[in-house]
Amino acid sequence: MSSAGARDATASSPYEPVIGLEIHVQLATATKMFCGCELSFGEPPNTRTCPVCLGLPGSLPVANARAIHFGLMIGMALGSELAPRSIFHRKNYFYPDLPKGYQISQYDEPLCLGGRLAEVRIHRVHLEEDAAKLTHVGASGRIHGSDASIVDFNRGGTPLAEIVTEPDVRSPEQASEWLKLLRSTLRQLGVSDVNMEEGSLRCDANISLRPIGSSELGVKTELKNMNSFRFIERGIRAEIARQEKILRDGGQVIQETLHFDPRPDAHPPITSLRSKEQAHDYRYFPEPDLLPVAIDQRMIDAARAAMTELPADRAERFERELELSADSAQLLAFRAELGDYFEAALSAEADPAPPTQALANWIAGELTARLGEDAGGDPSASLVRPQALAALVGLVATRRISVGAARQVLDTLVAEGGDPQQIVEREGLAAIDGADELAGIVAAALAANSDAAERVREGNVKAIGPIVGYVMRETKGRADGTEVARLVNEQLGV
Amino acid sequence: MRAPQASLFGLACEAKMSDLLSLSAAQAADAIAAGSLSASELFEVYRTRAAADRAAGADGLNCFTWVAAQRPGESSPAPLGGVPLAVKDLFCTEGVPSQSGSRILEGYEPPYTASAVARLCAAGASLLAKTNQDEFAMGSSNENSAFGAVRNPWDRTRVPGGSSGGSAAAVAAGLAPWALGTDTGGSIRQPAALCGIVGLKPTYGAVSRYGMIAFASSLDQAGPLTRDVRDAALMLGHMVGRDECDATSLAFPHEIQLPTAERLDGVRLGVPEELSGEGVHAGVLDAFRAALVRAEELGAQISDVRLPHAPHALSAYYVIAPAEASSNLARFDGVRYGLRVADAAELSDMYTRTRHDGFGAEVKRRIMLGTYALSSGYYDAFYGRAQRVRTKIAEDFSEAFQQVDLIATPTAPTVAFKLGDKTSDPLSMYLNDFCTVPMSLAGIPAISIPCGLSDGLPVGLQLAGPAFSENRMLDAAYALEQALAFDGSAARV
Repeated sequence: MSSAGARDATASSPYEPVIGLEIHVQLATATKMFCGCELSFGEPPNTRTCPVCLGLPGSLPVANARAIHFGLMIGMALGSELAPRSIFHRKNYFYPDLPKGYQISQYDEPLCLGGRLAEVRIHRVHLEEDAAKLTHVGASGRIHGSDASIVDFNRGGTPLAEIVTEPDVRSPEQASEWLKLLRSTLRQLGVSDVNMEEGSLRCDANISLRPIGSSELGVKTELKNMNSFRFIERGIRAEIARQEKILRDGGQVIQETLHFDPRPDAHPPITSLRSKEQAHDYRYFPEPDLLPVAIDQRMIDAARAAMTELPADRAERFERELELSADSAQLLAFRAELGDYFEAALSAEADPAPPTQALANWIAGELTARLGEDAGGDPSASLVRPQALAALVGLVATRRISVGAARQVLDTLVAEGGDPQQIVEREGLAAIDGADELAGIVAAALAANSDAAERVREGNVKAIGPIVGYVMRETKGRADGTEVARLVNEQLGV
Repeated sequence: MRAPQASLFGLACEAKMSDLLSLSAAQAADAIAAGSLSASELFEVYRTRAAADRAAGADGLNCFTWVAAQRPGESSPAPLGGVPLAVKDLFCTEGVPSQSGSRILEGYEPPYTASAVARLCAAGASLLAKTNQDEFAMGSSNENSAFGAVRNPWDRTRVPGGSSGGSAAAVAAGLAPWALGTDTGGSIRQPAALCGIVGLKPTYGAVSRYGMIAFASSLDQAGPLTRDVRDAALMLGHMVGRDECDATSLAFPHEIQLPTAERLDGVRLGVPEELSGEGVHAGVLDAFRAALVRAEELGAQISDVRLPHAPHALSAYYVIAPAEASSNLARFDGVRYGLRVADAAELSDMYTRTRHDGFGAEVKRRIMLGTYALSSGYYDAFYGRAQRVRTKIAEDFSEAFQQVDLIATPTAPTVAFKLGDKTSDPLSMYLNDFCTVPMSLAGIPAISIPCGLSDGLPVGLQLAGPAFSENRMLDAAYALEQALAFDGSAARV
């Protein structure tokens, strides 16, 4: 995807980064993974809890069928093999955010195996439960040295899908780009809010370096706490630099879990959470309170029926059927809100109909540039109806208004909505199509810019600028630039 | 005793109370339904007796961890009509202490009630008391309890068996009409045998485990401890069924019937030499064989069957059960409920000291056994292998049930032993479950009924059948019970 990034990292370095990603996705189910509590969205602490997600004695988990359904949809979207039988395991360790003393997860028999998204292969997808939220009171902000730690179990038990890639990523930029594609894919599936800032999409990276040309993997570290696309790039870049320095100095990278501190003044930005020797022995064993997940045809059919068109497929369709350029097709497909707007505009049957590529350009360019932060980059949240934009682009394409006038109309549409044709009429923006009227203005322009006119006559093409500018001022931008140039040349006999 | 109730202890009423105490739970429910018995009077009689035992502490049998201060509610819904029920401490009961016999849950009152208890109460049972037990159901003598040891009503110097020792002793002594217990490797059947009552472990999954403080999830089952087989059937019938809160629970394929069989004609009884020979005490074997003779007289066909892997059951059990327990007991960390030591320096210090102070020695032993068995590099050699043995044992039973309808064994290799006799020798304690653990591993139902005395102490006979064969098993046990006419009244206090 971003081959430039890969070159950056290796151009001056004898080492090649090898990166695998582990992505945790909070599933947008109505209830938690193993109990009937509703998912929490900022409710007061410990109000979305029950005996099961508090780990009270005697309580038992029951698997959320909707979460399994979403897991199957993710597997299908990534081209994974859906395991006919998978099992939940207990991952045992002590921590205050883990009320049972174990996390119910999947281990050697996950829900989905293999797959691929773009150039990155998928290792597996499995389901598990989220931990509770810990807040450490005191200066350190971490558990050690805190005065007290308080636990909010609202988040505890939220369903998670963990997506693990093969180590196919080669640069920080590629990691971030690929993750954006994964995010738009998951968003399109409707299985998650996929918001990194709010933690519904979280990413850890396994990073190692190896000499360029080597096929063996180096010692890897696991980097955590990168909760934005920017931090993912910065975090991975910092870790690559750290490892490279160690290797250049003749040292050896230690296998450990690392914490990325995104604060600009953090020195060092990467610190160790625990080494391999301190690693937990999670004592995985099959969860005896749950039955194996047996996937039958009915569940597969239901997941397939719920699948919407995925970004990669949509891009291909835009390119093939609507004859968009590859770049436009990808941009509109991977940003689903733009693609949806684009298709809505096409189906509005505007008269005159806009050319598809021009429409795509106007959406991705002029329109997106005018949308404020409030709209979140989503044109459907603006006052510009898809039909209105389609009509506007149609007017430009048929030369009924100039590009400059169209920009003015779009300003009005963004500000107050409405119908482009009416705005054109109200503000007198229609293109000057009477050749006589325009010819008169061009003649006046040549007279007022006789020096420039002489140079054009002598073959200096660039000298036409002041002449066209005069016409545009006189016509308030309604003149078609191509037509003006034609008339200039005609009148000068060029 | 408050004044208005003093008349109960008048001369006329003594006879009446004795009559009341001689009623089985089913008979009491029938009498209440017929209007000849007052549910509140019945409850008060038992409540008073249970409270007296609780107040006596170590001078009593020490059967209870909690006794109701009054009858819960005035209504007596059919069909159980308000018959008092004693419930093993490890069942969660809303607002009522539920500690699973452990110090680590000191003062813990759950916010919800276990499904099995809720179903019995919905059928009209009234919660009378919580019964003493081995801590987290780990033990075969009820000596591993934060509430102290329970004594056997047949001989107070002896153990009642475990882990449902409080439930068994309370029923045998007439301190409760019947009781709810749990069985993981024999924890209902063995104390029932040692106390001379009936104890039934249902098919795994027949009764919801929701609200049972877990010991070993793949083995734990709730079941009745009762004076007779009919009561066991009555209680079981009101407990079974699919529960949406327990993913491993199953719909029972048919109604539990009250048993009526008087004969055993055509019933094929298999006796496995692996569980009825070496290691079983002579007096126990004598009583067991005499009962088999009675069965034959009732028309049963007795034959030998083989359970070749059964001798390995105990080894597999003591890997699987501790492994699951080591994980199940991780939640007792002092963070949210129960004991938390004061003045811990930091998190791991709080964990360590809370669990050090809160758990008893046997619980710690099993947590360590289980933790080791699940450790990286040992999993296959221990847990994996134990699961394979478990499969072999289940296959043994399946093959045996091709030839016979039920399997008969002694329930426990000995009669009740002296308090303190085996506390310093865990392995000899574990051998108590030699005859009961194979059925637990196979997930099949089994019942223990008293079949006679040895040295004046009760001996239990165990019948086991295929999954969901409870009706056939209860019928056979009932016919045998009638013929054996065991008299347990000597244990009444």
